Amino acid sequence: MSVEHVEARSGAYADSVTLMQVSRRVASTAGVDAALVAMGSELNLDLLDGMRFARPATAGPNDLIVALRAQDDAAMAAGLAVVAEALAARPNPSGSFAELPPRTVSAAARATGPALALISVPGQHAFTEAMDALDAGCDVMIFSDNVSVEQEIRLKDVAAERGLLVLGPDCGTAVVGGIGLGFSHTLDPGPVGMVAASGTGAQQILCLLDAAGVGITAALGVGGRDLSAAVAGRSTRAALAALDDDPATELIIVVSKPPADDVAADVRAYAQTLRTPVHFALIGAGQPDLTAAAEQALTALGADVPTWPTWAGRPDQPRSGSLRGLFAGGTLCDEAMVIASQRLGPIGSNIPLRPEWRVDAKKPAAGHTMIDFGDDELTAGRPHPMIDQTLRLERLAAEAQDPATSVILLDVVLGHGAHPDPAGELAPAIAAMGDDVAVVVSILGAKADPQELTEQAGALQLAGAHVFTSNAQAARFACDLIEAAR
Amino acid sequence: MTDLLNRDVELITAGVDLFADAAQLQAARVIRVDWLPPMPGTETDLAAVMADPRRTAANAEAVRRVQAARAMLVDVVPARDALGLGPRDILHAGPPIDWARASGPLRGALMGAAVFEGLVEDPDQTAALVERGEITLDSCHHHHAVGPMAGVTSPSMWVFVLEDPATGRRTYCSLNEGLGKVLRYGAYSPEVITRLRWMSAVLGPVLQAAVRAQGSVDITAILAQMVQMGDEGHNRNRAGTLMLLRELVPAMINTDFPSSDIAEAARFVGGNDHFFLNVGMPACKLALDAARDIPGSTMVVAMARNGTDFGLQVSGTGNEWFTGPALTPEGLFLGEYGPEDANPDIGDSAITETAGLGGFAMAAAPAIVRFVGGSVADALANTRRMYEITLSEHDMFAVPVLDFRGTPLGIDVTKVVRTGILPQINTGMAGKVAGTGQVGAGLVTPPAEIFPAALRALAGSTTF
Repeated sequence: MSVEHVEARSGAYADSVTLMQVSRRVASTAGVDAALVAMGSELNLDLLDGMRFARPATAGPNDLIVALRAQDDAAMAAGLAVVAEALAARPNPSGSFAELPPRTVSAAARATGPALALISVPGQHAFTEAMDALDAGCDVMIFSDNVSVEQEIRLKDVAAERGLLVLGPDCGTAVVGGIGLGFSHTLDPGPVGMVAASGTGAQQILCLLDAAGVGITAALGVGGRDLSAAVAGRSTRAALAALDDDPATELIIVVSKPPADDVAADVRAYAQTLRTPVHFALIGAGQPDLTAAAEQALTALGADVPTWPTWAGRPDQPRSGSLRGLFAGGTLCDEAMVIASQRLGPIGSNIPLRPEWRVDAKKPAAGHTMIDFGDDELTAGRPHPMIDQTLRLERLAAEAQDPATSVILLDVVLGHGAHPDPAGELAPAIAAMGDDVAVVVSILGAKADPQELTEQAGALQLAGAHVFTSNAQAARFACDLIEAAR
Repeated sequence: MTDLLNRDVELITAGVDLFADAAQLQAARVIRVDWLPPMPGTETDLAAVMADPRRTAANAEAVRRVQAARAMLVDVVPARDALGLGPRDILHAGPPIDWARASGPLRGALMGAAVFEGLVEDPDQTAALVERGEITLDSCHHHHAVGPMAGVTSPSMWVFVLEDPATGRRTYCSLNEGLGKVLRYGAYSPEVITRLRWMSAVLGPVLQAAVRAQGSVDITAILAQMVQMGDEGHNRNRAGTLMLLRELVPAMINTDFPSSDIAEAARFVGGNDHFFLNVGMPACKLALDAARDIPGSTMVVAMARNGTDFGLQVSGTGNEWFTGPALTPEGLFLGEYGPEDANPDIGDSAITETAGLGGFAMAAAPAIVRFVGGSVADALANTRRMYEITLSEHDMFAVPVLDFRGTPLGIDVTKVVRTGILPQINTGMAGKVAGTGQVGAGLVTPPAEIFPAALRALAGSTTF
């Protein structure tokens, strides 16, 4: 006889990533069958319905919902204890005479002076916090998405008036002063500055430069929309100016999907006016891939282009069938599709190269497909797949069962913000596969990343995966296997 | 251009803890904002107001004008002359209200004023006159005036006249009657009326002669000094009262009034720890009135209560009142009075908090923290919390225990809505039955809902 507990705690709040981690922890408690700890947004209340919990009578978006189903009272008590422990407030400085923690960015800046504000609040609140940060004289990195394009333009115009920089919105990565922000890496200081309208695209190039022993001055993410016709490169220009002004930056790389034509022309014209040479790494058909862009930059700097590290796996000869890509990084998925579509033909995807190639990411695949698990549709109500691989692991198992699957292509992104041990979750699933399916992995990591690149790659190799540090090489190798098996 | 690449990286994080943790692991200096969602349903209005290109300059100008204002006590005169009141015009605290909705203490004070003015013989006749429009009511705030508690000001009462010499702007407030059974707390017994008559016949003229002889008294300077002497300017005015007396006594003695009148006036002022409140309040209003009507400004320029409604006025929204039900203060009670005897919040005296005094300067007044129900640590925390919802810090009102940091100044509607932190008001409590007088003192806040209402109006006025 199972027992249920549903409550709405008013006045309690925690961020969604924390709560999703709490939910997972509680759900994995012995004797707990289901658990949802989440703010009472409409989305989460729908989730609650889906889990067959009764909605609390008065739950609003500012109430914390705690819903558990357990096998008996003892298990329920254990589950609730885990909730209590996981949600226990971080202790404030002791004693009531102590300063209180600031409640807004401007209050923090008033106490300490302007700093770089890192905003990752829910999207509908991000504009307000970012504007407050600019008011306080702070440069701003906005990790949050769901900020309207009008708001983005307003923030970037205000920043320009005040000599400040807005990174984002939807800025996944940045490295400033040697500190990795968002999803990022520990990198040596060096001659390269980066402006990135693509998070994982930038991470690929940064990790390849790291493998070649070349460090960076800074990597400035500007948000995926910055080079659109509407935003017109506002932050790209400001970031280029800041890097050009930095004497340590010898070469600048701009990473982006192909921008709107007139924006591209404007930004290129602006780049010509700078003292520092600017390379463009644009992801798309007819463009050099990210690995080639990294190699061009190395050559321009007079550095050696190394052989990109790989770890050989098995088998060399999978059965005949389809290529199935399961990606956490949207740009990496894009790059792999550009390469594979030239060799194998149409690639179905939830972020298709052509509209007619669109497939439903939640349905079983047919033919060659590549799914971006970081796409908004698959991240609503759950953390990014670089943090939480649950959905991708489920899909990986399903693809392995599909007799039409020949090769599975995965990306693994290491670094700050990412899962502490992605290989630890992927390797058992890969090892469990039969010898007729090959797994090819592109791994993005810097030597000094906390997850230990070589250990992660080694664990995947041991499980049977072919591991590449170049995403383009991984995609080509996957195509080689498919073609050889025909 | 940003100097982001030329300085050591310090981070202020708001949102997901994971990223703050990751940066801290890389030995970055991280200040974490304890971010919570704003008041429900406000995100669209917040975004609209935050996007208003006028806002930052408008708020800077509002703060500049408040800081620049200087309040000089320049005269003491009957209200009828100064405020242009007809014989049947009576002013009261807070936003406008009619008899039907007026609370006990406001009704009591109106009854007392009607008797005092000779408009009625029996206090109970007052209701009918007010309801028939034969006595007209209006807010003090509509006449450049403020009044503590019921704030009832009638034509024959005398008022302080404060002036900002730079602008010539003037504000007014009645003379303080002392504590206990007094008109402003809703008492209207014969002793109350007798005291009012003496104040008009003796106290007002003596003070007038002294102030006129003196030329003027710098009230802003006294406010700045008293904050360093344990007063917060709302519930404690002891140092301010004595400094005012120090300024006036020599001139009082030099007037032609009988020495018995001068002695009685000096004894009355010196014996009433709250006497200075009625010059401090119009000094605050003088500074805040200078900041009115700046398009795009989100700064609060008045908080006032009539015993039924709590009213808010904001610089960028003109004379519109945003009102909600006044809350009942929590605190300590006199004698056998208890919470059930207390009327909801009343008085224009929250103008002190609006100007950076009172509850906002609580850290400066450890002597009264227990009276208003708390410890010294609570007082420090109160003042510190108010910095979260204010635009600036007062240039002149410095809090010794906070290392002479200026008091929190300029309540920002957007910050209140974002943080959910409500202005903390120190206040007296009136008995809810007309005629009772004071029953206690304590702490209160505005009703939360008036801030989203003000924000909505600000959002409607944006030009972006």
